[in-house]
Amino acid sequence: MGGYGDIQLLRDDGLRLDGRKLDESRPVSIQAGILPAADGSAMVTHGLNVAVAAVYGPMEAHPRKIQRQDRAVIDVRYNMAPFSTSDRIRPGYNRRSREISKVTAEALESAVLVERFPRSKIRVEIEILAAEAGTRCAGITAASVALADAGIPMRDMVVGVASGKIEDTVVLDLDKAEDNYGQADLPVGILPNTGEIAFLQMDGDLSPEEFDLAMEYNFKAAKEIHEIMVDALKARYDGGDN
Amino acid sequence: MSQGRSGAEQRLVTPGMAIGPLTGMRVGSGAMSHNDEIIATKVGWVREINGTISVDPINSPYLPRSGDLVIGTVAEVRNNLWFLNINGSFQGLLPMSLAPWKVEFGQARQHMDVGDSALARVQEVDECHNVVLTMKGVGLRRLSQGAVVEVPVNHIDRIRGENNANLDRMKNISDCRIIVGENGRVWIDGDDNNISWTREALAIAKQHGHKSNFDSMMKKHEKTFTKQGDA
Repeated sequence: MGGYGDIQLLRDDGLRLDGRKLDESRPVSIQAGILPAADGSAMVTHGLNVAVAAVYGPMEAHPRKIQRQDRAVIDVRYNMAPFSTSDRIRPGYNRRSREISKVTAEALESAVLVERFPRSKIRVEIEILAAEAGTRCAGITAASVALADAGIPMRDMVVGVASGKIEDTVVLDLDKAEDNYGQADLPVGILPNTGEIAFLQMDGDLSPEEFDLAMEYNFKAAKEIHEIMVDALKARYDGGDN
Repeated sequence: MSQGRSGAEQRLVTPGMAIGPLTGMRVGSGAMSHNDEIIATKVGWVREINGTISVDPINSPYLPRSGDLVIGTVAEVRNNLWFLNINGSFQGLLPMSLAPWKVEFGQARQHMDVGDSALARVQEVDECHNVVLTMKGVGLRRLSQGAVVEVPVNHIDRIRGENNANLDRMKNISDCRIIVGENGRVWIDGDDNNISWTREALAIAKQHGHKSNFDSMMKKHEKTFTKQGDA
């Protein structure tokens, strides 16, 4: 979120550098059940982002101090592979991955019926294989599909989407250049069927009008991505049944 | 669970998807009510029986219930009890008093050690999901031979078939002893070739157990055994 320099992010014809319209998302594809060893898994390709999520459990929560007598805890580990960006990332947990793991767990906890599994833990592993801005959103989307694939009961699937501001213009789904040199970023986790917001972060400044427009873009994108999520789950299980 | 899915009204739903209006309907398993609507909480097939709408999940974790026949693997041994992995959230506890042998204090390991498999029954599940197992009962024993194969819990009913028809046919064809645990584990014992054939049959169940053409796939697989036997 640099917001400095005179880098041009919008073309003279009003389109963005990669030719997208202001309210156009990068292409998204989702595949469910890609890891045979996991109870549930999914791979999300969002633009150049590639996120793989695996779900294990529910299992007994360890260490015992994290157990909750009335519900399950969701243990998320978000990690970027060292080769996921142009600069090598030092392997292991860092401040950023710890923060994203926490917000992802909290977003998923609002959708999963955690009260069905007291004293249990549901382990969610998110691995970012390729990164191009918006990895936390791709990770949340992948984790939701993986949870559904694992048969974990949920009120809805959380869809991760983001809008932002570049050159004083609100746009949907920032790519790497827009994220680095734009003015604001608004990643949101949306429950599309109920219209609820499971998580919201904002980096940079948006006026109330810009915020409303950004949220309008986010809800529109969430509906589109949700359809792809449903199609991915149906493609996994519906084959040969007609 | 997965049976009776023939018919045009069968549809696959995903979590959060609206199944129908709440008015006049009861909410069954795999579904919940939200704003006068019934929504699915799992990926599965919608089923409506006697005014109750439920979702038959394609995949779901094993939740032990009292009386379940389970195949467990010993994960931990103490002086007077065993902890068995029963494919659930929590390990099952088998106390010395519910074992089929007379066990001296401190001698539990001599009867069953870590890694051994056993056929047990769920004696009790309390509100905190603690599971107590028993091996006192007809046929409950340590499984010292054969192979254990895991299949999705929700496909168990289809593997068995109506009145165990599919399972009996599989036993007759393969000449194997087969025990299907409620916890998604199947024990097979017999000749190596027959075990291999049964493993293949269970692999089909694992991959295609949720599909409507599962029975025809199994029948096709049954023919392959006859050919092998003839050859």
